[in-house]
Amino acid sequence: MTRVRTPTRASAVALPRLLWIPAAFAFALVALPVVGLLLRADWPRMPELLTSEAALDALRLSVVTGAISTLLCVVLGGPLAVVLARGQLPGLRVLRSVVLLPLVLPPVVGGLALLFLLGRTGLLGKRLDMWFGITIPFTTTAVVLAQTFVALPFLVVSVEGALRTAGGRYEAVAATLGASPGYAFRQVTVPLLLPGLASGSVLAFARCLGEFGATTAFAGSLQGTTRTLPLLVYLERETDVDGAVALSLLLVAVAVVVIAVGRSRATSGLT
Amino acid sequence: MRARVLAVAGLTLLLAGCGGGSQAAGPAASAAASAPTESGTLTVLAAASLTETFTALEKQFEAAHPGVDVRLNYAGSSDLAQQIVNGAPADVFAAASDATMKTVTDAGMAAGPPTVFATNVLQIATAPGNPKGIASFADLAKPDLKVVVCAPQVPCGAAAEKIEKATGVTLSPVSEEADVKSTLGKVTSGDADAGLVYVTDVASARSSVQGVDFPEANQATTNYPIAVLTDAPQAQLAQQFVDLVTGDEGQQALKTAGFGPGK
Repeated sequence: MTRVRTPTRASAVALPRLLWIPAAFAFALVALPVVGLLLRADWPRMPELLTSEAALDALRLSVVTGAISTLLCVVLGGPLAVVLARGQLPGLRVLRSVVLLPLVLPPVVGGLALLFLLGRTGLLGKRLDMWFGITIPFTTTAVVLAQTFVALPFLVVSVEGALRTAGGRYEAVAATLGASPGYAFRQVTVPLLLPGLASGSVLAFARCLGEFGATTAFAGSLQGTTRTLPLLVYLERETDVDGAVALSLLLVAVAVVVIAVGRSRATSGLT
Repeated sequence: MRARVLAVAGLTLLLAGCGGGSQAAGPAASAAASAPTESGTLTVLAAASLTETFTALEKQFEAAHPGVDVRLNYAGSSDLAQQIVNGAPADVFAAASDATMKTVTDAGMAAGPPTVFATNVLQIATAPGNPKGIASFADLAKPDLKVVVCAPQVPCGAAAEKIEKATGVTLSPVSEEADVKSTLGKVTSGDADAGLVYVTDVASARSSVQGVDFPEANQATTNYPIAVLTDAPQAQLAQQFVDLVTGDEGQQALKTAGFGPGK
């Protein structure tokens, strides 16, 4: 897919042959388990396994919450990335480290952290419950929050990277030509960050689809409300391994489509 | 430069880790090879709910059999059953349901018929002091209560479903968790008002939850079967461990943890 776009100049340079061996192992490590999944699948039963009510509910919930969470990542994470890349603020490095935390934290830790903040006895959750009678755990909102928490750094890193690579000189020129900060942002900065925003959104959406740990710790698991595809896979493997394999393949298929379509759009259309 | 130093340090750690692993495996493997009768490693796969009891029994067994190292692997019963069926080397399997043991016996992986060494029943777990005043199973159906149960796919959920059918009380849980410890966790964190868990889970949670007994619990007793595995590398020791669990000492330890007697 990406082969055709490789500049011929780069492909003319021969690679050291030694690189191929670890590269092949790395590829095998990622690809072979998926092959194992394909071989283990009960293909004749596949349609039946994938169209059960539980599976359809989980798929619908995963796609809807993933889309909402990705939108939240764009709306909130986009501006955050601009601030991190362009803002002049003391302690920006610390701020960035905090934003990247969900990348390195085990998701289940993130889920527990969310629970201690927004759970019924949590710091904010207690007040939400007391003042407004709102509780967040066990709701679809909790699923969206958990997904946004884990996916946000993917978007921020992509957008910030795009802005840093572009550098600040275009905005500087716009300013010398008399553009206001708002005008320069709209006309110069936004076009610069669009490719990063597109690829970041794709990654964020894919991450949302795969989210398990934070969701199970914070949101619980109930069909149609909080049981997304990964949670259903985890539950199905208790009794019906074939069902779990079928749902896993569905997740693989959706992820491959998202990355293939999204990445090619992000890199070809906008750069 | 700094990156290179880090990379070298990382590699060194990695190598050190590998070396340590092979050294640890060395003596055990050689001991097993030259075993006269009572030395080597006995691998026991046990349901997670048996953690406290079996850890205590492990110490007793090792004291009675010097030179034997008992390795306990705790996990969900169905995970363990899958591991056994897929060829994980082990000597003894103690499951938290007949269904998971059946997976193993159906695959011909059990050396003999399993023995039920303990039973467990459900109990209602509430916040300490039972602030919502839950007194019966029927109380759990009250609309203003947030109740958490296990999903029907796992043994504790199957038991809850059985009680619902027997009593005609239909619950509307806010969540159906994938394992009993997650169900308990939602109660200890204060996010659920009540949860249906095993009586032994309430006992092991000590003061962080309060247990409420209900008579209908006896209609869905969960059996804990144990068996020596067909491919057990230490078949004789394995049988002795099973004898300890089903014997007086084992039964006493299980009773202390809240389990009912075996059959």
